[in-house]
Order: sequence, then C-alpha cells, then structure tokens
Amino acid sequence: MTAPTTSTRPTVAVPPATAAGPARPVRRRRDRVAVIVLHVVLVVGLLVMVGPFLWMALSSFKPEAEIWRVPATWWPERFTLANYRELFGRLDFPTYFFNSALVATLVTVGNLVFCSAVGYALTKLRFPGRRALFGLVLSSVMVPSMVTFVPLFVLIANLGLTNTYAALVLPFLAGALGAFLMRQFMFSIPDELIESARVDGAGELRIFVRIVLPLCRPALAALGILTFLANWNSFIWPLVVATTEDKYTLPVALALYSVGQNQTKFGLLLAGSVVVVLPVVVVFIVLQRHFVRGIATTGLK
Amino acid sequence: MTAVAPDAGTRGGRLGPRLRRAVVGWGFALPFTALFVVFLAGPVLASLLMSFTDLRSADVRNPFAVNVVGLDNYLRLFDDELFVRAAVNTALFVLLGVPLTMVAGLAAALGLNSGLTRLRGMFRVGYYLPVVTSIVAVAVVWRFLLQPDSGLVNSVLRLVGLDGPNWLGRTDLALPSLIVMAAWRNLGYQMVIFLAGLQAIPQHLYEAARIDGATRWQQFRYVTLPSLRPTLLFVGVIATIGYLQFFEEPLVMTRGGPLNSTLSVSYHIYNQFGFGNYGYASAMSYVLFVAIVGLSILWFRLLRSGEEVSR
Repeated sequence: MTAPTTSTRPTVAVPPATAAGPARPVRRRRDRVAVIVLHVVLVVGLLVMVGPFLWMALSSFKPEAEIWRVPATWWPERFTLANYRELFGRLDFPTYFFNSALVATLVTVGNLVFCSAVGYALTKLRFPGRRALFGLVLSSVMVPSMVTFVPLFVLIANLGLTNTYAALVLPFLAGALGAFLMRQFMFSIPDELIESARVDGAGELRIFVRIVLPLCRPALAALGILTFLANWNSFIWPLVVATTEDKYTLPVALALYSVGQNQTKFGLLLAGSVVVVLPVVVVFIVLQRHFVRGIATTGLK
Repeated sequence: MTAVAPDAGTRGGRLGPRLRRAVVGWGFALPFTALFVVFLAGPVLASLLMSFTDLRSADVRNPFAVNVVGLDNYLRLFDDELFVRAAVNTALFVLLGVPLTMVAGLAAALGLNSGLTRLRGMFRVGYYLPVVTSIVAVAVVWRFLLQPDSGLVNSVLRLVGLDGPNWLGRTDLALPSLIVMAAWRNLGYQMVIFLAGLQAIPQHLYEAARIDGATRWQQFRYVTLPSLRPTLLFVGVIATIGYLQFFEEPLVMTRGGPLNSTLSVSYHIYNQFGFGNYGYASAMSYVLFVAIVGLSILWFRLLRSGEEVSR
C-alpha cells in the first residue's frame, strides 16, 4: 500500500444510475423481472444472515423443553423470563456485564486519546523519526496475534498483573489500526488552517484540542465504535488472563458456561448470548453511518 | 512537556527550532509509541528470541535463565504430526474460505449497488450484523442450528426430503462447516468495503461501455473488475491474514475435533502455550508470521501489476 494521502472524506455517492436507458417497454419489463429476482435473492440472504439471531432471541424466552422440540418452533408457545431471571439472579452476569463495559470503555478512551495524538504528530508535525514510526505502525498490521501472545503473558505475569483489570486493558490501549485511521483522516485537514493558527500564536496543544479534534469528530466516532465493539467481543486474551469469576468478561463467562455442566441448560446460554449481542446490535444500528464510514476509511486509500 | 505550553509561540521558545520541533513532535507521539513498543513491538521481538530457547512456563519468573537451543524448535515442527495436520487444515481454510467469502461479499455488494433496490440500508445492516456479534454467542447459536436432529439446518433440509448429516461430528464435514460459518460471519465486512470500491468507479466508464454495446456481464468483466483491483487486493490481503489465524471458530465450536479435523495452527500454538511449551509456541507463531507475510506479498504480485492501468 502506498502512503494514503488522498482525502478520506466519504466520497459523495453518485446516485446509482438506473440500468435502463430511455424507458422502452421491453427494457422496462426486463428490469422489473430483475428487480423481483434480486429482491428474492436478497431477502433469502437476509434470512440466512439474520435468522440465527432472530431464532436465538425468540428461543431465549422459551422453556427448555420447547427449545429442544422437533420440529423446531419459531415463536415461543409459552413465553417465560426464567432464563433471564436465572442469568441475573443465580449467576453473576451483572458482574461480567460491568467488567465487559469497563474494559471496553477504558480501551476505547485510551485509543481515542493516544491514536489521535500520534495521528496529529504523524501528519502535522515534522520531527526526526516520524517516517520510521509510521513504518513500524504499518508493518505491525501483519503480525498475527499469536506472536505477541506468549511474551505478553510473560510480561503481565512478571508485572504481577495477572487477573487484574490492567491486564485486560493495557495491551490494547494503543492500536495500530486506530493510529492508521486517525492519520489518514487528518490528512484531509488543510495545513493552512493549522499554519494560520500557529501564526496567531497558538501552541500545538491548543491547536490540537481546539481545532483538530473537533474537525476529527467523524473519525473519532468511527474509531470509538470500532474499538468498543472489538473489545466488547474480545475473548481469547481475557480467557487467559482473567482467572477468577470476578474478572470474567461476558464472552469469557459465556464460553466457560457453554462447555461446562450448563451445556444442558441451553435456554440459559441463549439468554446469555442475547445479553452479549444485544448492546452491540443496538449500538450498531443507531450509529451505523459512522460505522460504515470508519470501515471504508480504513479500507480504502 | 513545558516546551509545548500553549503560549510558547513559534519563535519565543528558548530551544532551537529543530530541537523544539523534535520535543513537540515526540510529545504527541510518545504516549502511543511507548505503549506500542511495550505491548506490541517489544513482544514481537521477544517472541523471536524465545523461539530459539527452551523457555517453559516454569521459567516465567526468570525468563533470562533459559538455554539457547538454536533452531531446535523449528526443526521439531516437521516431526510434529499435529502441527502438520493443523497446517493442512489452515491451508484448506484459507484456500476455500477466502475465495468463498470474497465471492459472497462481492455478490452482496453488487446486488445492493445495482440501483434496483430501495432497501439498501436495511440489507446492509442485516448482512453486516454477524460481523459485530461475539463469536462466542454465534457459536452457541450455530452449534444448535447444526445439531443433527433438532437443528434448524437439518429441519430445513428435511422439508425438501434430504437427510442432513451430523455436521460438526464428522471428520470430513466439520472443517467445511466452519469455513461456511466463517464466510457467513465475514462477508458483511467485505461487502461494505466492496460497496465503497464500487461507488468510486466513475459512471462514465459504464456509459462508454454501454455505447459500445457491452452486455451486463461484459461491463462487469471489463469495467467493474479491473476498477476494483485495489479493493480486491485490500480485501484479499485482509481476509488472508485473518483466515490464516483462524482459531476462535474451532475453539468455541468443535474444540479442534473431531480427531483434530478442525485443529488450526493458531489453536495448536494456543494448546502448546497451555502445556507450558513457550519456546516451541513462539517458534510456531513465527512460522505463521512468515506465512502471512509471504501470502500477502503473493497477493500484491497477483493484483498489483494492473493497478496503475486501472487508475
């Protein structure tokens, strides 16, 4: 990939040209067939993509016997909240929920601060080592997570941080993806704007906080959402460093329950899955415009 | 950080301009860089060093007192039947999974970009949904959907008179099932990237093609595909990097079974880590690293040649 210097603002979408030219009757009928076929395919696809979640949500309100019935039912015949009551009453799901929210929030805030600061340095400040730093960040994208896994574990153990919130948060505070995203976005902020602020006597910190950050709101929103979701769902590292129940995150707890003796209580697992999935689905649907923009920004030059 | 005090001005500082620029620049870059070095770059280097030692979990408190064993850990890989098995499974996962996901993602993007549907936003949200949901929750649901008797998938097959197999219980079907599930989970991400790529193609190219009498297929083959080359490259590289590391799917769906038929390289590394063989696990992770870099270069070779032409 060459250094991305083009504007990262979402390109104004050209209204998709309708395939038909001047509406001739034959053409129009063919297009109507195409529209119908396309929608049938897209709707079937949608069922395949969303169906499992729909079934999960509906079944979490069924009593255990109905979940296992053959043939499977969609709508609960007898609606019950027993699964959720057990989840939040007998099991410690409120704690897991809190841990997940805390870890994801801390990591997100850290990335917003550190990545935007380094993005500013990489785009608007000239200092020795700048190119090397960017090269380092960019090349790390290809490092498989398993490469750092063992040394990280040794490091955390030697710092005496095993089974602490710090162990869950520290390794993810400064992500390469975030630095990359912020750098790319900040290229679209005109240098003249910053130059004129400097001429007016503003220091770099003030320029960064007062001028650059407000302009970066779309990128910050995208980075914030992406980071939060990734860490809300994060699973393998917490599984290894969180060793007692009071530090479990939601995915860890769900994974451990799903292989333990609770496997027979499938309704409980479904309700747990809903608790894991529902917040991200809500966040995603409400903020999906930022989301798509963020993905497109990281994905395109 | 006194040098970056807001009122320091451009000329008023006592430091020379060059030194001052360095201090200000690193003032902004240092917090990120320090965390990045300690928790990513440092461990990458440490892992390489560990791979030449016989570090085990018992040595954790004293990692510098281990023996250097040279390339032993790397040579051991060839005799490790489980590693070979895992490498084959991982290769299959990439070879089948990457094209499948890319075709599905591109097809979805083309469907939504055709201008024939007003429900684009709704479809986009729906198709993207699996990407944002936790793999653990997905596994809970899919394990149930793929149940031999009461599972939804086999229930649907029964409607059309087919007898569905035990998808995750058979050695020949477990890996393909996971591949399809991975494609299902990741195609939404690719769709969004492809959509952005499709919208960046200038409309006049299509107009010119239509004037020349190109059919829809010809427009796709000679306008869309060549223009999408940079996007295909990006999506291909990202998917390959991701799939080479596949691990969470078998961990939560099959525990690597049945009979190691879904054991992946990352999963094997994780197991060796669990057994306390840290040096060996590090060596394996570096083999994976090299494979990722190698395949990424291959993608660039494959698609870059035409990139200049398409711009």
